[in-house]
Amino acid sequence: MNKKNTIRAVVALTVGVAIIAIGDAFLGPFAVRILNLSAIYIILALSLNLLNGFTGLFSLGHAGFMAVGAYVSALLTMTPAQKSMNFFLTPIVPWLDTVQLPFIVALIIAGLCAAFVGLLIGAPALRLRDDYLAIATLGFAEIIRVLITNAQSLTNGAQGLKAIPKYSTTWVVWGAAAIAALFLVMLLRSSYGRTIKAVRDDEIAAEAMGVNVFRVKVTSFVISSFWAGIGGALLGHMITTIDPKMFNLILTFNILLIVVLGGNGSITGSVLGAIIVTVLMEALRFLDMPMNLVFIKTQGLPGLRMVIFSILLMIVVLYRQRGLMGTKEFSWDMLSAKALLAALKPKKRGERARKGGR
Amino acid sequence: MELSTFFQQLANALSLGSLYALIAIGYTMVYGILRLINFAHGDVFMLGAYFAFYAISALAMPWWIAFVVALGLTALFGIGLERAAYRPLRDSPKISVMISAIGASFLIQNLGVVIFGGRPKSFPSIALFDTVVHFGPVSVLSVSLFIPVVTFLSLAGLLWIVNKTKTGLAMRAVSTDLDAARLMAIDVNKIVSITFGIGSLLAALGGIMWTMRYPQLNPLMGVMPGLKCFIAAVIGGIGNIGGAVLGGFLLGMMEILIVAFLPELTGYRDAFAFVMLIIVLLVKPAGLLGKAQAVKV
Repeated sequence: MNKKNTIRAVVALTVGVAIIAIGDAFLGPFAVRILNLSAIYIILALSLNLLNGFTGLFSLGHAGFMAVGAYVSALLTMTPAQKSMNFFLTPIVPWLDTVQLPFIVALIIAGLCAAFVGLLIGAPALRLRDDYLAIATLGFAEIIRVLITNAQSLTNGAQGLKAIPKYSTTWVVWGAAAIAALFLVMLLRSSYGRTIKAVRDDEIAAEAMGVNVFRVKVTSFVISSFWAGIGGALLGHMITTIDPKMFNLILTFNILLIVVLGGNGSITGSVLGAIIVTVLMEALRFLDMPMNLVFIKTQGLPGLRMVIFSILLMIVVLYRQRGLMGTKEFSWDMLSAKALLAALKPKKRGERARKGGR
Repeated sequence: MELSTFFQQLANALSLGSLYALIAIGYTMVYGILRLINFAHGDVFMLGAYFAFYAISALAMPWWIAFVVALGLTALFGIGLERAAYRPLRDSPKISVMISAIGASFLIQNLGVVIFGGRPKSFPSIALFDTVVHFGPVSVLSVSLFIPVVTFLSLAGLLWIVNKTKTGLAMRAVSTDLDAARLMAIDVNKIVSITFGIGSLLAALGGIMWTMRYPQLNPLMGVMPGLKCFIAAVIGGIGNIGGAVLGGFLLGMMEILIVAFLPELTGYRDAFAFVMLIIVLLVKPAGLLGKAQAVKV
């Protein structure tokens, strides 16, 4: 990186922090919520991208790990009084009744629990490939959801948990997002990062070079689960109510949308994608409500917002498979006049993404 | 448990298993030919039921015309879906196609919510299918008797098409090796369209019978049956029609009978299928009737 770019990076970082600080101080609660939700989605998208984009494992089980993280962190931070208020049908198991840990400790334990579940699931599931892996991880996520629904004395079952302490302030979530991004960048620059990319690009060649492919995949899965757990826990502490229904396939789908839109295999792409999708999701909320455009009055069409999002995903997959960033990372040189002109030109043939299977 | 209760549950299990089998066939055919999990199959199933519903209730057609119209429309929809969402991606990485399939599935569901409304609708009652038949102490809805028969007839017809006709020969060729089949002057696109048409038609048939058996429609009704039938297809050995039927019956039987014998497990009902899937994948990854394929380098 040359000196000019270092200065630019410092300026951009300062501006970013300033925007967050100003947003936190002056925006209304609804806008702050969107701001914070973006940070949480950044964490989740990064963790899914590690699997999907960098290790080449297609997993649909993210919501399950988020659920584990959210429940663990919520149960460890609630006061005994809040717990007894929640568990009015069946009392909570005695060993959890009086436990109350500081937020940071609980958050890390939540991530570790999710990582442990990831290990339990990954060890058998990662023997499968491609679509079988996708469907098996989806199955495991569904099983986690059913278990949470039925473990009444541990999780309060289908009623979910209410009045979770609201620890996810702007600084906490953006701090966590920054740590996640930094962690991932450093991970990918390490020799381990090169190994996982080798496994993604050609498993057999990687194995021939002496890479223990299975172990690399499991490690990547566990790390991804850890961050999914952290993201889930932060989400729980932000919206303060969680229930098993929340952690369904649609949640995983939203994160997948961010990863695909931003670029499968691009960290900056995931960050951009998370912000764009979160803001759009909220900005398009008006579609679901009745509208009055002076001349045209429309009834609210609940679901129209999701229709637009599904169409968006289809368009990206069909016409711009690489997403916003492709597998590239954002760089300042990209913004130079030359690079912008090159981006506008039609791509050469043969430059298409890696072919895999049929 | 009394013997009559056992037979009652067996009758329920038989009709649920037949429905699962019918939907699983669609998954297995598409996978056999394109190596693609058609995530939107469950939503095609939902559309079939809605088409029949609107043909009867809004257009006041007699039920049998309505059913034929619904089957035809759904088959056309399936063909269109393949053209729009899967064909452009045939040479792309597997992940892209799968994401496209998931996107298509969510699009159909959400369009369903917008167009049909999110509130559940109840299917009009048809006298022939809606009477209760008694066999001694066992009583079943007459539609439950039709379901296994229809499944059996469709299976027989399908096996005839696949094994005895020229189209079926072409299907088998495409399934074995798509590129080689193309070199043998087989119109691959046509065969894929036919496959999607037949699969969607069977899904619509399943959807219509499903709504008569469990008489409620909602735009998300295809999600769970869709997932479970995919699992049934994998359990039986994906790509194998007989396997899909076997898997469907096994899954349907197990779901009903486990809940009947061990009522305390009722809350876990939706997890059975996934547990079974994972066990089968780990023990016999090619499924019960599937042949293991060596990975080519």
